[in-house]
Amino acid sequence: MSEIKLLGKKPTRHGFGEGLVVLGEKYDNVIVLGGDITGSVMTSYFQEKFPERFFSIGVAEQNATTIAAGFALSGKIAFFSSYSAFSAFRNADQLRVSVAYNNVNVKIGGGHSGITVGPDGATHQSLEEVSFIRTLPNMTLVVPCDYLEAKKATIAIGEKFGPCFIRFGRSAVPMFTTDETPFEIGKANVLREGKDVAIVACGLMVWEALLAAEELNKKGINARVINNSTIKPIDVETLVNAARDCGCIVTAEEHQVHGGLGGAVAEVVVKNYPVPMEIVGVRDKFGCSGEPEELMVKFGLTWKEIYASALKVIERRDKGFVGLRQVKDVEDYKE
Amino acid sequence: MALEVTFSDKTFENRQRNPEEFSEIALEIRRDIIKSLYLAKSGHSGGTLGTSDIFSVLFFGGIMKYNPQKPDWNDRDRFVLSAGHLCPLLYSALSRAGYYSTEELYRLRKYGSRLQGHPGFDMKLPGIESSTGSLGQGISIAVGMAMSDKLVDKNNRRVFALTGDGEIEEGAVWEAAMAASNFKLDNLCWIVDNNDCQIDGRVRDVMSIYPIDKKFESFGFDVININGHNYTEIINAFAQFISNHESKIGKPTVIIAKTLMGKGVSFMEDKYIWHGNPPNEEQAKIALEDLS
Repeated sequence: MSEIKLLGKKPTRHGFGEGLVVLGEKYDNVIVLGGDITGSVMTSYFQEKFPERFFSIGVAEQNATTIAAGFALSGKIAFFSSYSAFSAFRNADQLRVSVAYNNVNVKIGGGHSGITVGPDGATHQSLEEVSFIRTLPNMTLVVPCDYLEAKKATIAIGEKFGPCFIRFGRSAVPMFTTDETPFEIGKANVLREGKDVAIVACGLMVWEALLAAEELNKKGINARVINNSTIKPIDVETLVNAARDCGCIVTAEEHQVHGGLGGAVAEVVVKNYPVPMEIVGVRDKFGCSGEPEELMVKFGLTWKEIYASALKVIERRDKGFVGLRQVKDVEDYKE
Repeated sequence: MALEVTFSDKTFENRQRNPEEFSEIALEIRRDIIKSLYLAKSGHSGGTLGTSDIFSVLFFGGIMKYNPQKPDWNDRDRFVLSAGHLCPLLYSALSRAGYYSTEELYRLRKYGSRLQGHPGFDMKLPGIESSTGSLGQGISIAVGMAMSDKLVDKNNRRVFALTGDGEIEEGAVWEAAMAASNFKLDNLCWIVDNNDCQIDGRVRDVMSIYPIDKKFESFGFDVININGHNYTEIINAFAQFISNHESKIGKPTVIIAKTLMGKGVSFMEDKYIWHGNPPNEEQAKIALEDLS
């Protein structure tokens, strides 16, 4: 942990916008489609630099997604980005048939995702797209943890053939990865070694996981922290190693607890090396207006829930119980 | 006597023809449709028969540029079947153009066949430019292709796409129309098969989309209304599109073709129940007699 430092705060969407410019400079066949909120999802950087390869489609996400497929079928690497609420759901059928089934080079940016979009409220706080996107065959899904990883991930999905989805956020979040931090699609990154419990997180919850590990350390518990930025294809090896070495797992995500990272990890663990798991996320609820920090507390998306869940999952492992689980409230474990 | 089905291996050249030359081609295609749907025991008879005349001109009248020996030829024009359920017709046309053997027509909709129930790009069937079948998407694919050609690659390729009339009840179709006009896609030729039939009944009863021509006019299209069974009108309509493209008219073209569902088969004509049904053995016999 000592080598991981807080380097300031910046929104992941800036990483996406800057990554697009890098791709534009590198490849002539990268085109970007705008959906009227280009300044919010930072496709405006690309627009300023490469106006001849930027096309505004207006507030028409279904059309933009399918037009992107048409560009891809013409040899282009086609990006379209909007808020995740609209670029993963409004266009769901288009993503399924024209993008995923066609297996074409379309890259979708899901911006302003999660509860931390804040004051806009529940309509704009997409908390379900990981579960939908990861069920689409041929699809790659990346949820970067900070600004720099978002930039690296954007470049990486541009260079990987096939349909890809990258999920990022609006608000400024901790920066802690550096140029030296490895990033590879399909590879989870162990940020902190430990053998008492594994915490697997994605997006802004990775930082919370590191904070939780730090607190657990004070109790003499060594947590392994894994940045699982690629949800699909998931890194089976790293997860199975974590299950075997630690014997219990906590997942953490800014997403519903159903079908997201937790579900993806559970699928791997159950099949390969079953161990007790706890899933930290939004518990089957819609969001509401508020500041990001307030909402993270209200919806249980802070290090404290991860910490409490770690204690709980360790207890479950050590007691080796069978049968119905005795559910204790998270509050019992908070200090 | 049981019906024995065989497909000839006849192919047709893609060249300028006199109007009367197309009846032979259209007849062969219609027979392919009946035979392949009869063998498949499922599929869409009505709309495929209804658009056979348009396909005959588009694929064999020297309108579209393509090369069956080089399906990925970079200068080819592209055709996107937005009404994906009409694929038995497209499969027939592509095989009669020489993209692949007519032998494949025996296996429409069968396990392991490249001739999927709706076109599947993953099957890598030569001549298929995209998966289609979820209505209203193919036309946006075509818009994306036309944008890529005209605005990025700045080449002279053209994109043709066909939607049904029930299909344009899908709202996203009008997003595509808006974009086609906004980007001045004079390299896009949109064909609307207006047979006034959809699964539940007459289009005018299920959800009226009329007036179609005025809608497209207001969206900024060059609108051409034709009888979709009159070869002269079909030829002239495509000629007008080509002239629109060559003169860089700055707007997309739509051809609204009045057609008869089930055209050519007496008991299917103008009957919407034939939207999504195949002929049984008895019906196939009668149909093939009608088409002899």
